[in-house]
Amino acid sequence: MRETATATLPEAWGVLPAVLAVALVGVGLGLVVASVDRAVLAGRTRGAVLEPLREGARLLLEQRRTTLAPDRLLWRLGCVAVPVLALLSLAVVPVGGRTLWSTSADLVWFNAMEALLWAAIWLVGWGPNAFHALAGGYRFLAQGLAYELPLMFALVTVGVAAGSLRTTDVLAAQDGLWFVVTMPVAFAVFVASAAAFAFWGPFAAPTSADIAGGVTSELSGVDRLLVEAGRGVFLGATAAMAAALFLGGDSGPWLPGPLWQLLKTLAVVTALVWVGRRLPVLRPDRTVEVGWMVLVPLTLVQALVVAVLVLSGFYA
Amino acid sequence: MLTDLSGWVIATVAVLGLLSVASGVAVFVVDSMARATFALLGSFLAVAGVLLAFDLVYLAVVTALMMTIEMAIMAVFMVMFMMNPAGLMPMTMVHNPKGSAVVGAGAFVVLTVGIWTIDWPARRGQLPTDSTRQLGEAVMGSHMLVMLIVGIGLFATILAGTVLATARGRYDRFGADLAARRPDDPVPGGLPR
Repeated sequence: MRETATATLPEAWGVLPAVLAVALVGVGLGLVVASVDRAVLAGRTRGAVLEPLREGARLLLEQRRTTLAPDRLLWRLGCVAVPVLALLSLAVVPVGGRTLWSTSADLVWFNAMEALLWAAIWLVGWGPNAFHALAGGYRFLAQGLAYELPLMFALVTVGVAAGSLRTTDVLAAQDGLWFVVTMPVAFAVFVASAAAFAFWGPFAAPTSADIAGGVTSELSGVDRLLVEAGRGVFLGATAAMAAALFLGGDSGPWLPGPLWQLLKTLAVVTALVWVGRRLPVLRPDRTVEVGWMVLVPLTLVQALVVAVLVLSGFYA
Repeated sequence: MLTDLSGWVIATVAVLGLLSVASGVAVFVVDSMARATFALLGSFLAVAGVLLAFDLVYLAVVTALMMTIEMAIMAVFMVMFMMNPAGLMPMTMVHNPKGSAVVGAGAFVVLTVGIWTIDWPARRGQLPTDSTRQLGEAVMGSHMLVMLIVGIGLFATILAGTVLATARGRYDRFGADLAARRPDDPVPGGLPR
């Protein structure tokens, strides 16, 4: 069992600067996701950074639409919770090799934030008292259940190999070999399920056009900004986490560590956005069974393989 | 035990405890199933916060994780099984108010008297450096039999619940003589079966 003496970010920089830095990183990651998305959609990079900012400013100034007899409390709560939870999930994602919060259950924390995000999205669908939003919310709830277990097993696999649920220990355990080499299935499942928790790309059925935008159909103004920004931040946090858990984080030759991590995160973001935009939305009734019948056994076998490797001393 | 904790921790636990009780009360005060569900989730999250204040990170985070999933599923089923499935009709979580008040107050008195009068054992040994590891070793070691029985019991309950809840059985899916090669399901699901 490796014990690392890595200090957390607050220990290194002080609490307030560390929190601010991580929040800024989160917003930056969200902006990166939005910019890459804009570039992929438009097919050109010109204005890719400015356009999301302009759109954000427009949403800030836009007057809020409302619906008949909404559940205002839960609606607002859901909208605010989306970006807050996305930022909270960043607390255990290493920034420059250190995390804002280092506990013996980092991976479970990340998973818990995803679960809370899942519940928050249902609130966003529930709040407006509108049919399409509610249908999208229920869709997401049913789908999220099917994504949750494979995602958990992917995270468990990482924890088993590292012998710890601490993110910095996972980074240290990948000194010799990136985890993606021995656990490609867990990597793919982690990235795909995380995209699914942000109802991104082929998993966008909760917001798809057949239900007029679903969960997001009644959002306007600052509410829409919060949900869309939270979605971007969460996708970015996921990419950073995937880079840390499976791609060795900040390890790499020649370049300094943080730059490597940035490059890997950018690579995962680009892949997520590019692939997501090129795949059609999957129909839940034709795919949910795949999650239960194929992905769960696959991730279990992956965990078994890694557990056998651990017992044989492969990662030591 | 109290003497081991700093003033801040005691204050945090007190505030979170009050918050959890207040959210718990809110469950029976609000008039919508969604609000009741999320009030209950708020109560559980406050309890998770108490565990966090005790430095039991894994237990705290797992409580938050599991209760969130549970409450979200509960919201779906409770709303589905309500008189008004849209769930927006005013409702109440209180049934048999007098009886439940008596039972609730009785349970509260018994628990409170028990907690404050029992001669709790003093701590033996030291605080572990890593409570998560200690928990894992206990679950996979000395308490494995209990955990296995509980796990199988829970799993059997889930299966039994599903079997009781579903209206369709194998005869609906595979025909009266169970001879059909492919099940006749209303929603295909995705796999070629």
